[in-house]
Amino acid sequence: MQFGVFSVGDVTPDPTTGREPSEADRIQAMLAVARKAEEVGLDVFATGEHHNPPFVPSSPTTLLGYLAGQTDRLLLSTATTLITTNDPVKIAEDYAMLQHLAGGRVDLMLGRGNTGPVYPWFGQDIRDGIALAVSNYALLRRLWREENVDWEGRFRTPLQGFTATPRPLDGVPPFVWHASIRSPEIAEQAAYYGDGFFHNNIFWPAEHVRRMVALYRRRFEHYGHGPAEHAIVGLGGQVFMRKNSQDAIREFRPYFDNAPVYGHGPSLEEYMAETPLTVGSPQQVIDRTLGFRDVVGDYQRQLFLVDHAGLPLKTVLEQMDILGEQVVPVLRKEFAALRPAGVPEEPPTHASLVAGAAAELAAEAVR
Amino acid sequence: MTTRKVAVIAAGVSTPSSTRMLADQLAAAIGEELRSAGVPAQVEIVELREHARALADAVVTGFAAGDLRDAIRTVTAADAVVAVTPVFAASYSGLFKTFVDVLEPDALAGKPVLLAATAGTARHSLVIEHAMRPLFSYLRALTVPTGVFAAPEDWAGGDAAPLSTRIERAARELTDLLTARAPVPPADPFADPTPFEDLLAES
Repeated sequence: MQFGVFSVGDVTPDPTTGREPSEADRIQAMLAVARKAEEVGLDVFATGEHHNPPFVPSSPTTLLGYLAGQTDRLLLSTATTLITTNDPVKIAEDYAMLQHLAGGRVDLMLGRGNTGPVYPWFGQDIRDGIALAVSNYALLRRLWREENVDWEGRFRTPLQGFTATPRPLDGVPPFVWHASIRSPEIAEQAAYYGDGFFHNNIFWPAEHVRRMVALYRRRFEHYGHGPAEHAIVGLGGQVFMRKNSQDAIREFRPYFDNAPVYGHGPSLEEYMAETPLTVGSPQQVIDRTLGFRDVVGDYQRQLFLVDHAGLPLKTVLEQMDILGEQVVPVLRKEFAALRPAGVPEEPPTHASLVAGAAAELAAEAVR
Repeated sequence: MTTRKVAVIAAGVSTPSSTRMLADQLAAAIGEELRSAGVPAQVEIVELREHARALADAVVTGFAAGDLRDAIRTVTAADAVVAVTPVFAASYSGLFKTFVDVLEPDALAGKPVLLAATAGTARHSLVIEHAMRPLFSYLRALTVPTGVFAAPEDWAGGDAAPLSTRIERAARELTDLLTARAPVPPADPFADPTPFEDLLAES
């Protein structure tokens, strides 16, 4: 199982000090979080993509390309890459380039983006969100897999004999996750292609997460990619830990109460009861995270959100130390012990995809 | 025979509340109509006051928690709905509208709905027509023609068109509509997704 962190890249003032990081601070903080992820033994760093303040990461492959040069084993990913408002031609090229720079340590998670005004800035309309995701991804897949692409669709100018460059590293496109919180169509899309499905459950009750993932698994089997239990599932989660749970609650409460995404609604305790947010001891985080398995079955990737709600970088890095030293090693062992034989331990990696492609070629030669 | 379910939404905030009294009388009249038609019925009151904080929370979180989730399920799983609101500032109350706001957009589509309101003065008597009915038209609910509005003088009795007559007429209209329709299971997009080939063809 892979563990990692994902960052939204929001600039949020620290409610306890009123200090607001600059964009420069925040970008450096994201880099520090990614490097820390590798240092403490996590597997994945994923960045969001946003085109409006208060968010900084508008250019994921620039950020990840830099990180490729700063890290050795960390898998670089996104949460999410906007499949609706980016040109699929540019996605095909940017991420193939990133694959080369990172030696294959790349996958990506596609999402639609739920901020209405962003669409027209890129010449699109949010009401076409699902159709854009379906059409653009169909083109993206072909651009990575076919040398010369002829294409005509509703959402971009036609292509004739177009070759996206560079070609994917070793001729193998990066693994793709599809992420959606509410839309069954996207779970259906992930299942149709046998791609991964990521449910960013951080703001949602377990019952909803269960239904979305169950749909994806059922349809994954329906489309002939293997048994439902072998489908590739990823989840989010957000945690804040101290040795004593009371200290964690006391320290995190002002952040929860004032953060734009959490505050002024339910209490911290009510929110923890309904969503994956876990504020407490490392053991409580371990128990809660293991409980996700009861909701979605055995899954392959767990991403934690740790740099949020205006927490200062120093605190975030402390949280990552706790994750790396006390939480993730236990979770790796416990999840492995529970996972039945045959269920993929990890999502496909560049190495496994290359091996799979070679095996397929060999099988074809025999035929 | 399948038990038919009726959910009665009551948005009164005081105790006792005239909105709740009207909701109870409508519930009793509908129960009586269904019983005399030989239809097994279950009439359940959803008192919104109990969910006031949860409703405000749901507006900011985007999901309904705890008991509110059950209340929403009661309404969306019902074969017919009765909606009773007090009049605040010449319209339905904010609490009432908030509950409507947190329902899924299609939750009431095609459902028979009886509209009712209470107010402190008879001058609000058209509130059902100018505020409630357009809202439920937008939701594509099947509203019955008789709306039941109750002002203080209605509770005193002695009117030319007594409240009880309007309650009975509206209850009959709702049960006629209800019994003429087969139970419709709520659509579940997770059970029955649009096949991907169709999505591809549409895109």
